[in-house]
Formats: sequence, C-alpha cells, structure tokens
Amino acid sequence: MKSAAAIPPMTRSVIELPVTPDDRRIARLAALAIGLTLAEAALPSPLPGVKPGLANIVVLLVLLQYGWRAAAWVSGLRVLAGGLLLGSLFAPGFWLSVAGAGVSLSILALARHLPSRHFGPVSLSVLAAFGHIGGQLALAGAWLLPGAAIIKLLPVFAAAALVFGTVNGVIVARLLAAPASDRRQSMPCTLP
Amino acid sequence: MLIRAGDAGILLAGAGFVIALTVFAWGGDRGDTAVIRAAGRVVETVSLTHARTFSVGGPLGATQIEIEPGRARVARDPSPRQLCVRQGWLTQSGQAVLCLPNQVSLEIRGRHSAYDTLGY
Repeated sequence: MKSAAAIPPMTRSVIELPVTPDDRRIARLAALAIGLTLAEAALPSPLPGVKPGLANIVVLLVLLQYGWRAAAWVSGLRVLAGGLLLGSLFAPGFWLSVAGAGVSLSILALARHLPSRHFGPVSLSVLAAFGHIGGQLALAGAWLLPGAAIIKLLPVFAAAALVFGTVNGVIVARLLAAPASDRRQSMPCTLP
Repeated sequence: MLIRAGDAGILLAGAGFVIALTVFAWGGDRGDTAVIRAAGRVVETVSLTHARTFSVGGPLGATQIEIEPGRARVARDPSPRQLCVRQGWLTQSGQAVLCLPNQVSLEIRGRHSAYDTLGY
C-alpha cells in the first residue's frame, strides 16, 4: 500500500476529441444500421449474397435527410463494424461488402441529383441495390470466381436486387411520409 | 406518393434489365442439327427444320428417333430401362441422349458447341 502510494503519479494526458452533434448522430444511425446488418445475418439465405439489405434503409434515410457525406459515413461504419462483429473483417465477404457499398454509394451520389418530383426513394433504393450487387459480383468475378461461373447466377442476383430494392424503397418512402409523432413511436433512433 | 412516375420508369427499366440478363445467361443456344450415332458411328445428321422420324438398328432392335422443328427425341427404344426415352425432347445445343444397351445416341448441335468432345 505504502509503496504503491510512493510511485509518482503518471503524467496525466487526456486526449480531447471534440465530438460534434453530427458525429453523435452519425454514430447513432450507424449503430442502427449495424443492428440491422446483424439481424439480417441471422436470416437463412438460399444463396450467399441474396439478402434484404435492411441496413440500406438507414443509409437511404440518412442520405435523404442529412446528405451524402453522412450516408457514406454510416455505410462505411456499418460495413466495418459489421465485419468486426460477424468475424469476417478482412475476409473475402468483407471485401465484397466494401465493393458493394462503394459502388452503391457512388451510384447514389449521382442518383440523388435526379429531380425529386419524379424520382423518389424507390428509385434511389433500386439503383443502390443494383449497385450493391453489381459491385459485389464485379469483385467476385474478378477475384474469387474468375470465369463464367457467375454468369449463370446473374439473373437471380439481379432479380433479388430489384425486389428487395423496391421493398426497401417503399419502406423508406413510408417512413419519410409518416408524421413525425408516428415516426418517433416506430423508430426512436432516427430522430436525434 | 410512395411511387412516383420516375420510380415506375426505374422499376420497369430494372425489370427489363433482369429479363435481358435472364435471356443472356439462361437462354442457352438452341440447337439446329441432330446427330444420330449407332455403335459410335454417325449414321445421320439432320437439321431440325421439319418433322421426320428415323429408325436406327442396334443389337437389341430398332430405336425410333423423332425430329420436329427445333427439337428431337428418342420416341421408342428396346432398352430395358427406357432411360433415353424418358429424357424427352432435346432442344439445346450440346444436349445428348444415349440408349446404351442399343448403342444408339442422339446429340443436338448448334452454332457454338459447349464441349469439344464428350467421352462416355
């Protein structure tokens, strides 16, 4: 006891990381997206890669409410932390996710300039879903399964992207259209 | 409005894209020629343009092969298990049906053959 007290106290160094409200909001939304990713990983899937992509609902909501930068942060954190939590960090599946999210985000960067009078969340969601599967398949085709093996699966993946993209887009549109009080009841996290 | 005009357009375009991909990936290559072999030797090469039937002799008897526009099948065969008859109509390039006991085979060919050669 005494000797412990005799040790001179270590230099106290406190690293101050200023946290802006934006950071907190992005962290909260990314946590929501990560939760959806984890929940979705438990769903059985007939084909690896065919997934509802529920986290994209969050990414789209963020894109429409807070802009592309925030959406890119949420999507990137989602992929990184999802990989950590599922134990697939830096495994092939992780890189496929990175490729999918990257292509999807670049498509969204262009597609969000479409006139919003005619193109709503459903368009963005479908385009993002195609971007996701396109990026993943491009990487898989170039790296994991070179050759013609993937071509036979293309229609299945594309059809899944169309269906799930539409469903997610309708969900986003409904969430955006719902009155604020309603939204607070159903998803308390999205309204920081 | 959940689905706006442009959304409908994007959905239609997406559906068209999926259909085009399906045709591209699964459409395959429809054959235009049937090659009939008996005991390993080609006895007949017919184009699948109009309906005809052929009777090919083998060790067990006669195998009847039926050709129709775009497809061909083994209609009757003396083999005990009738495997080649049950295989039904062949349409795609590269498909083949063997009546092994009677040593007769029928193969469909198209512009591109999927395999250079098949060994049995």
